[in-house]
Amino acid sequence: MLAAVPPMLRSLLAGGDAQDPAMRRLFPSAYLDDEAAAADFDSVVRDDLVAQRLTAIDTMERTLGAERLSEDELVAWLAAVNDLRLVLGVRLAVTEESTPEDFAGDPESGRAYSLYAYLSYLEEDVVRALSSE
Amino acid sequence: MAQTAPVEVDRPIDEGDVTPDVPWIVIVWNDPINLMSYVVYVFQKLFGYPREKATKLMMDVHVKGRAVVSDGPRGPLSADRPRQADAARRVPAPDPSTGA
Repeated sequence: MLAAVPPMLRSLLAGGDAQDPAMRRLFPSAYLDDEAAAADFDSVVRDDLVAQRLTAIDTMERTLGAERLSEDELVAWLAAVNDLRLVLGVRLAVTEESTPEDFAGDPESGRAYSLYAYLSYLEEDVVRALSSE
Repeated sequence: MAQTAPVEVDRPIDEGDVTPDVPWIVIVWNDPINLMSYVVYVFQKLFGYPREKATKLMMDVHVKGRAVVSDGPRGPLSADRPRQADAARRVPAPDPSTGA
């Protein structure tokens, strides 16, 4: 199941559709009331931000089968997992009250929500591990 | 389902509860996706807050819908640009559909 995470994110980033709500969630506008300034800012930081994401995705993919992860590797997992949760959450329009039944009517949405829920539990564990000294 | 809470950094605006000479503030909005635990972790890492303070701020956001979590000019945000960019990456901007 987790092996699907890196390709999904990579595909989204490669698509580069700036109007995609999921992409806008990952790369929020720096100036909500000034499109030109937002575009300027984006042109300066976008490549670096994409590169950071790709690095985290690569790290997660490389360590999918690892028995132990270093802190840096775990931070990369956290970044990738949270990114995909944001993407799935936007696509599914989840709310704090969402339940699996809300998405049961459509197989594709049902699968997406299952992955979202699984990633939520995984992320809790990752944060717990990173927070323990 | 794991519990979700905040997270969306707003651009600096005058919230009324900050003094006019503060050059910037960070507002975090509640949202349904980001986990409470993740937000606490990010507040600790990004602003250098102890866990208790990070947890209190997260709950402020969760309960009130949004909260000021940092302001300038002092603090790590103004002194550490790369991490600020990282914050922008990890902490999504306001989304009217999910904002409080």
